[in-house]
Amino acid sequence: MIRVLFLSLFLSLAGPVSGGAFAVSPGPDEIMPDPDLEARATQLYGQLRCVVCQSQSLAHSNATLAADMRGVVRDRLLAGQSNQEILDYMQVRYGDYVLMLPPLQGNTMILWLMPGLLLIGGGIGIFLFLRQQNIRANSGTQETLDPAEETRLAELLAEEGQE
Amino acid sequence: MRWYSFLPLIGFVVMAIYFGLGLRQDPSSIPSQLIDEPFPIINLPALEGREFGLSNEDLQGHVSLVNVFGTWCAPCVVEHPMLMLIKRTEIVPIYGIDWRDQPGAGTEWLARRGDPYRLVGNDADGHAAIDLGVTGAPETFLLDREGRVRYHHIGIITQENWNETLLPMIRELQNS
Repeated sequence: MIRVLFLSLFLSLAGPVSGGAFAVSPGPDEIMPDPDLEARATQLYGQLRCVVCQSQSLAHSNATLAADMRGVVRDRLLAGQSNQEILDYMQVRYGDYVLMLPPLQGNTMILWLMPGLLLIGGGIGIFLFLRQQNIRANSGTQETLDPAEETRLAELLAEEGQE
Repeated sequence: MRWYSFLPLIGFVVMAIYFGLGLRQDPSSIPSQLIDEPFPIINLPALEGREFGLSNEDLQGHVSLVNVFGTWCAPCVVEHPMLMLIKRTEIVPIYGIDWRDQPGAGTEWLARRGDPYRLVGNDADGHAAIDLGVTGAPETFLLDREGRVRYHHIGIITQENWNETLLPMIRELQNS
């Protein structure tokens, strides 16, 4: 009985999913007849940002403006423009922001180099820390136990074993 | 405690300040790329039942405002009385671009509320708006005599914007 309830609940949820709520954009009516152009269009949708929805690309946005921008991409593909020309067109209008991958230039240098710098800096930090630990461990304290300590250790180990 | 024990704390404070400042920025306002560039080529048809559309020739020879609006846009309704006020001052002509409206909606909207525009172009498919780098409505461009964009206002024009920013710029462009 419960299983049937779950199934019907699942089906009632599944219905609208395929219908519209989570409709994948671009919609089916946006597919270009030419498969080569469609492949390039899909690639471009992923490289361009939906400018009204922060961190979504055109490929993932249902916003009206994103749909219009996809339309512009298709128009320009049909007009025979290269991918780069289309990206440039959008960049001139909406700035670097419209590109999902920010270009490597003066003001984005830190953005691109930071992960590498952090990795190197962290690596140096860990290296220095471990070396210092090593030095501290080697200096002052003895590495081997004296006979008294050996006996005590043996006693302790024996006690552990009995329990 | 050595000085470098505080490095993580210093790092945290620097990042907290940086991200804190980032939070204060409005992520939806993208700086306009068109400043001091010629207004993009437009050749828009007239609204339903009207004779003239809007093209670049209309924007030559005088300082002008180009306002992007839509009847679906709630802030445009709020901005509308201000545009009517600007029209009445007769200081600068306003041209309209009706963005992505149903056929006839723009004509009806302007007939009902009053028409602040000298000419209105119909951008039914929204491609002109993309050409202008518009992200929402209303947005307004201030053009000089040569049809170059000198200022791009995003959002509603308030009395304050008009008095403190637009009017002084318009005066300066008209007198130069």
